[in-house]
Amino acid sequence: MRAIGTLAHRLAILVYIAFALFPLFWLVKVSVTPNDLLYSEGIRLWPSRTTFEHFRFVLAHSDFPLFFRNSLIVSLATAFAATTLAGFAGYALSRFAFRGKLTVSGLLLVTQMFPLVMLVAPIFKLLSPLGLTNSLTGLVVVYVAFNVPFACFLMQSFFDGIPRDLEEAAMIDGASRFGAFRQIILPLTLPGIAATVGFVFTAAWSEMIFALMLISSNEKATFPVGLLSFVSKFSVDFGQMMAAGVLALIPACLFFLLIQRYLVQGLTAGAVKG
Amino acid sequence: MATIDIRSVSKAYGGHAPVLTDIDLSIRDGEFIVLVGPSGCGKSTLLRMIAGLEAISAGTIAIGGRVVNDLAPKARDIAMVFQSYALYPHMTVAENMTYSLRLKKTPRATVAEKLEAASRKLGLDAFLARKPKALSGGQRQRVAMGRAIVRAPKAFLFDEPLSNLDARLREQMRAEIRKLHAGLGATSIYVTHDQVEAMTLADRIVAMHGGIIQQVGSPLDLYDRPANLFVAGFIGSPGMNFLPGRWDAGARAVRLSDDSALPVERAIDLPDGSAVTVGVRPEHVGLGGDGGLAAAVDLVEPTGHGIILHLRLQDQPFKALTTDRRYLTPQESVRVTMPADRLHLFDGNGDRIA
Amino acid sequence: MTPAPRRPFLQRLGDRAEPWLYSAPALIVITAVMLVPLVVGISYAFRDVQILNPFSGGFVGLDHFRALAGDKAFRVALVNTFWWTVLTVLIQLLFGLILALLLDTPFRGRGIAQALVFLPWAVPTFLTGLNWAWLFNPTIGPLPHWLHALGLLAEPSNILSDPNLALWGPITAAVWWGIPFFAITLLAALQSIPSDLYEAAAIDGANPFQRFWSITLPFLAPVIAITVLLRTVWVANFTDLIIVMTGGGPADRTQTVASYIFTQAFKRLDFGYASAISLVLLFLLLAYALLILLLRQRLIDRDK
Repeated sequence: MRAIGTLAHRLAILVYIAFALFPLFWLVKVSVTPNDLLYSEGIRLWPSRTTFEHFRFVLAHSDFPLFFRNSLIVSLATAFAATTLAGFAGYALSRFAFRGKLTVSGLLLVTQMFPLVMLVAPIFKLLSPLGLTNSLTGLVVVYVAFNVPFACFLMQSFFDGIPRDLEEAAMIDGASRFGAFRQIILPLTLPGIAATVGFVFTAAWSEMIFALMLISSNEKATFPVGLLSFVSKFSVDFGQMMAAGVLALIPACLFFLLIQRYLVQGLTAGAVKG
Repeated sequence: MATIDIRSVSKAYGGHAPVLTDIDLSIRDGEFIVLVGPSGCGKSTLLRMIAGLEAISAGTIAIGGRVVNDLAPKARDIAMVFQSYALYPHMTVAENMTYSLRLKKTPRATVAEKLEAASRKLGLDAFLARKPKALSGGQRQRVAMGRAIVRAPKAFLFDEPLSNLDARLREQMRAEIRKLHAGLGATSIYVTHDQVEAMTLADRIVAMHGGIIQQVGSPLDLYDRPANLFVAGFIGSPGMNFLPGRWDAGARAVRLSDDSALPVERAIDLPDGSAVTVGVRPEHVGLGGDGGLAAAVDLVEPTGHGIILHLRLQDQPFKALTTDRRYLTPQESVRVTMPADRLHLFDGNGDRIA
Repeated sequence: MTPAPRRPFLQRLGDRAEPWLYSAPALIVITAVMLVPLVVGISYAFRDVQILNPFSGGFVGLDHFRALAGDKAFRVALVNTFWWTVLTVLIQLLFGLILALLLDTPFRGRGIAQALVFLPWAVPTFLTGLNWAWLFNPTIGPLPHWLHALGLLAEPSNILSDPNLALWGPITAAVWWGIPFFAITLLAALQSIPSDLYEAAAIDGANPFQRFWSITLPFLAPVIAITVLLRTVWVANFTDLIIVMTGGGPADRTQTVASYIFTQAFKRLDFGYASAISLVLLFLLLAYALLILLLRQRLIDRDK
C-alpha cells in the first residue's frame, strides 16, 4: 500500500517535470533539426540527423548577436541601478520608523497593482521630446522604475533578516549610521543583493511590451523586439527562430540558478509581480 | 571611568502610556549598577537611552558631567554588551574586538597590544582568527565582552548579556563579570530580569516596575528592607509570602483573617484597625513546634539542597523553605511560626511601614 | 519634569530627513516614470491624442467613452478578460497546489526535481508565448497531432486560429509558466506548518486525509486567498502571451481588455482611445479590490 503511494508520488513528480521541460526540449529539438527533416520528421521526438547550422547562421548572419548585446546592456544596467536604488529605500523601510513610511509602502504596493499597459501611451509621449524613445537609456529608465518597488520589498525583507543589534553595536563602537550600513549591513546583505540583481535582470530580460512600443530601429532592438520582428518577417525559418529562442533562454536560466535559493523570498516580497 | 547622572528622564512614544516616568538616578564612578525588573518595566529602554540608541523625551542624561542628550552613540564613549552579543558575522574574533579601535584610527601597534591584553584576560587567544559562527555560546559571550573591554570606555552597558546561556555557563560568566569589574573598576550598568544576577553582581540594585524606580539600594538592603510589595515579591526565591491582616494597636500585633495575632516588636504608628499586609520570606518561616498557625500541605518540592513546602495558610498560598528532610514524608498539615523580627509590614498602598 | 533641551535645528532636521534621503532616489524615479504618466494617461482619456494625426490633442470630453459603449470589440474583450483570468488563475492554483503537496514530502533528488519544475518561471514570457505558439502549430509542433490522436481535435489543426478554442492557447502557456509561482508560495506556506501539529494529530488518530483537511487546508487557506486575489489582478493585466501568440485574434476572440489597450496604442497609435480603455480597466480593478476588501471585512466581522 505504502509502496504504491510512493510510486504514484514519484510518477506524479515525473509528469510535472516532463510537462515543465517538454516545451523547452522541443525548442532545442527544432533548433538542431536540419531544414530538410523539419517537416518530414515533424513530430518525431528527436530527428534522425542533427545540425548546428541554425545556430551558426543566427550567430554569424543575423542581427541576433546585436539584440542579445542590447538586451544584456539594458538588463544589466536595469538590474544594477534598480538594486542600488532599492537597497537604499529598502534600508529606510526596514530600519527607520518615520512619518510617511506607511504611505511610501502603500505607494510601492499600488505601483504593483495597476495595469502597466496603461502607461504605454503616456510614457511614449513623455519620453519622445526627451529623446528617450528608441534609446536603450530610455528603456533602462523605464525598467528601473518598474522594478524598483518590487526590488525594494525584496531588499527590505533581506535587511529585516539582519538583527538591528548589529548596527546598534557598530554605532556604539563608533560608526555613524551610514558607516554601519556600509561596513556591517551591506557585506551581510551581499547574497540578498545578488538575488535582487538576479530577479530584476530576469524581469528586464523578459520585458516586451514597452520595448515594442519604445524601440523603433533594428540597432536598438532588444531580444524580444528582434525575435518578434524576425518571426513576423521570416515565419518559416523555424530552425533559426528556435535557435534564437535558445539563445534568449541562456541568460535567463543562468540567473535562475543564481536566484533559485531565494525564490520563496522573492516571490513573497513581490507576490504581485511574478 | 565616569559618573552617570540621570535627571527627571521620561520616555513616551507618541500617544501611548509613558514607558519611563521621571527617572532620577546618580551612578558613582566605578559603581556596578543593576537595573532589575520584570519584562516591560522600562529597564532596557533606560539603558538604550544612556547608550544613545533611544531618544530622550524629557530630562537629561549626563556621562562624566557632560549632558549627552544630543550626542550620537559613537560620541558617548560607552561600550555595550548585547543580549544577542551582536557579533559581526563577517568579521573574525580579532576584527570584532578591534572594530571600534580601527574606526578611531588607533595606531596598529596599540590595537594589537590592546587586543592581546583583552584576549588574554578572557582566554580568547586561541580563537582570534575564527568567525563567530565557529564559536560556542560561551565563547561568543566572551568576544562580546572583549569588544567592550578593548575600548576602555567611560562606562559599560550590559543588556541581559547572560540570558542566552545555559544555567551552568551563566553562573560561571556571572562570576567572571564580577571579577572583571573588580579588575577594571569601570562604571557599569547591567540590565537583567533575573534577581539572582542582580543580587550577586550589583553594588547597588535599581528595582523597576511599570516605568518607575521602586527602590535603589544595596542587594541586602533590598532583601532585608524592601520598600514596597513589588520589591518584596520580586527579590528572593521562592518569593516572599504575603498575608492580609489588620493592625491591632492595643495588642501591638497584626490580626490575620482568623483573628490570630502576630506580635510585632518594632514601634509602629498606625491607626487601630488599618489594613496591612504581612510579609515573611519562606526561608524565615519556622516549622514544627507547638505554637504557631496550622497550615495544610499542598505539595512537597525537594530541591536537593532543601525542601520547598507549598502550604495553604488561612486560605492563602504560603511557602516554607527547610533543609529538614523529615518534611519529605507527606503530612496533612504542619504548624508554622513567623519570627517577629523577620516580619515585613506594608500599608494599604503596599509601602513598607517602618 | 525638566524638558529635554531643544536640539539644534539642523540636527533635528537631519534626523527627520534621513529616511527620506535614503528613499528619495527610488521615489523620484517611480514618481517620474509611473505616477506622472499615470496622471497624464488619465488626462488623455478625455483628449484626442493620435500620434499619426498632428492636429489631434484637443479636448473631447466623454467622446471616447461614448465610442467605447458602442464598441463591440471592447465588450468581447471584457468577456474574454473574465474567462482568461478565472481559468488561468484557477488552473494554476490547482496544479500549483498539487505540486506543492508533492514537493512537501522529502525524497531523494527533491532539490533537482524542484529546480526543474520551477524552471518555466525563468523562461522569458515572450519566449514562452512563441514556444507554445510553435507547439500548437501543426507544421512544427506535436500538440495538434496528439490532440487529434486522442480524439480531442477533429483534425490536426492549429487551435490558435480556431475562434472557439484559441483562448485555450494562451491559457495553456500561462498555466505552464505560472504553476511554479503558486507552487513556490504554497510550498513555503506548507513548510511553515509546525510538524508537531501533524504528529499531535496522528497521535490523536487522524488519517492522512483528515490531517490534510483539518491542519493543512486551514493553514493554507489565508495564503491561498491572498495569492489568488493578487494573482487575479496580475493575470488580468498580463498581455505578453496573448500579444505574442494570437495578437488578440482570430476575430478578437482572444482579445482581453489589457491587450486591447496595447493594440490601440501600439498598432493604431490612438493614445486617447487607449487611455480611455485603460481608465475603464483601472476602475474595474479598483471595484474588484474594493469588493475583496468588503468581503474581507464581512468575514472578519463574522468571526468576531
